[in-house]
Amino acid sequence: MHLDAASAEQLHPRARETLLAALDSGWADPAALHASGRRARLLLDNAREVVATLLGARPDEVSFAGSGTLATHLGVLGAAQARARVGSTVVHSAVEHSAVLHAAEWLAARGGTSVSVGVDRDARVDVEAFEAAVADDGVALASLQAANHEVATVQPVDAVADACRARGVPLLMDASHAAGRIDLPTGWSLLTAGARSWGGPAGVGVLAVRKGVRWRDPMPADDRGFSDVPGALAAAAALQAVHEERDEVGPRQRALVARIRDRVAATVPDVEVVGDPDRRLPHLVTFSCLYVPGEALVAALDRLGFAVASGSACTASTLEPSHVLAAMGVTTHGNLRVSLTRDTRAEDVERFLDVLPGVVKDLRAEVGM
Amino acid sequence: MSEGLTVDCRGMRCPMPVIMLAKRIGEVPVGQVVTVLADDPAAAVDIPAWCRMTGHEYAADLPAYSVRRTA
Repeated sequence: MHLDAASAEQLHPRARETLLAALDSGWADPAALHASGRRARLLLDNAREVVATLLGARPDEVSFAGSGTLATHLGVLGAAQARARVGSTVVHSAVEHSAVLHAAEWLAARGGTSVSVGVDRDARVDVEAFEAAVADDGVALASLQAANHEVATVQPVDAVADACRARGVPLLMDASHAAGRIDLPTGWSLLTAGARSWGGPAGVGVLAVRKGVRWRDPMPADDRGFSDVPGALAAAAALQAVHEERDEVGPRQRALVARIRDRVAATVPDVEVVGDPDRRLPHLVTFSCLYVPGEALVAALDRLGFAVASGSACTASTLEPSHVLAAMGVTTHGNLRVSLTRDTRAEDVERFLDVLPGVVKDLRAEVGM
Repeated sequence: MSEGLTVDCRGMRCPMPVIMLAKRIGEVPVGQVVTVLADDPAAAVDIPAWCRMTGHEYAADLPAYSVRRTA
């Protein structure tokens, strides 16, 4: 039972179909001038147009990159570089995806400054503090995600976008996990996303830079550009499918997540369900169980056939607890993130909810709790 | 009357410091302080959060975590 869609999920069936067809029709180099090259170019332009429309951008504002992380790195570094004369400060929420944080750290190690703005207990960024931070001199770029990838809380992007616009500071919005699933805010200057977060291929990221926003490619020149035409088409097909299905899938997932939130709180003692209860992504839910290592919880559930993720330190390669949970001030151990696929059924969720209290109880008994 | 309690959890990984704290806080009377020595970075987040969830007062920060028993 795959309950870790937010890490990765199987390619959407429509994306798979598109990918297979495009391997035959769009294999050529889209930069080539001959007929098969022109056909690949046309298909790539189609993919760009679909993605642009669904993200609220113009086709000529959208480019593809090799992953969501790479798109975010390019977005942050390229926007900061283009504004180097104004300043070198990157303002971001404390709960951004690590791709944003690592790019900001990379700049900070080279003479820039990274300013992290705190969040409340639900992971919602402090709008006033964010506004104050972008009003300072020397801010090259601000960054705020559309919604949090670990706890599902939707961020007040349009509220901070007004403050950014007033100060002439470009705002980068990481739209991963939100794109296709909820209405996206429109006040961004740069948008990045990974196609895997909407059931597309892992090797496709999107970077959109609004007309008039300055951005300079931080990498050495690339004469060819993105050339995985089948991948781009599959990403576009998946985004379109998720968008078309969302009126049916979204409410169903919201009801299942509400059920998980209620049942976990009612059946597991000493548990905290985290993230905004209402303003949230439809498909993922996070909670922490006291006195249990997250790693043991993931392993025990895996043995019972449930694949879930954890933000606990013992599950990270760095042994550092999730920076998202730490910023929220909620317990980082015993943490589980459950994220639903488009075809997760109510009975699958019920089975998970049936076994969870016993799993937690057994692990607590091992340490005498 | 005891002057409080110190629980040495250095070298232990989370959630052990929180487990030790939960097990031993009952040894002090209400109003007294338990001080947890811990070097796992997650303790800095987990002990204040544990206090909030269980109704105790988080009393002081690094290098030791102090908790006043209030429940």
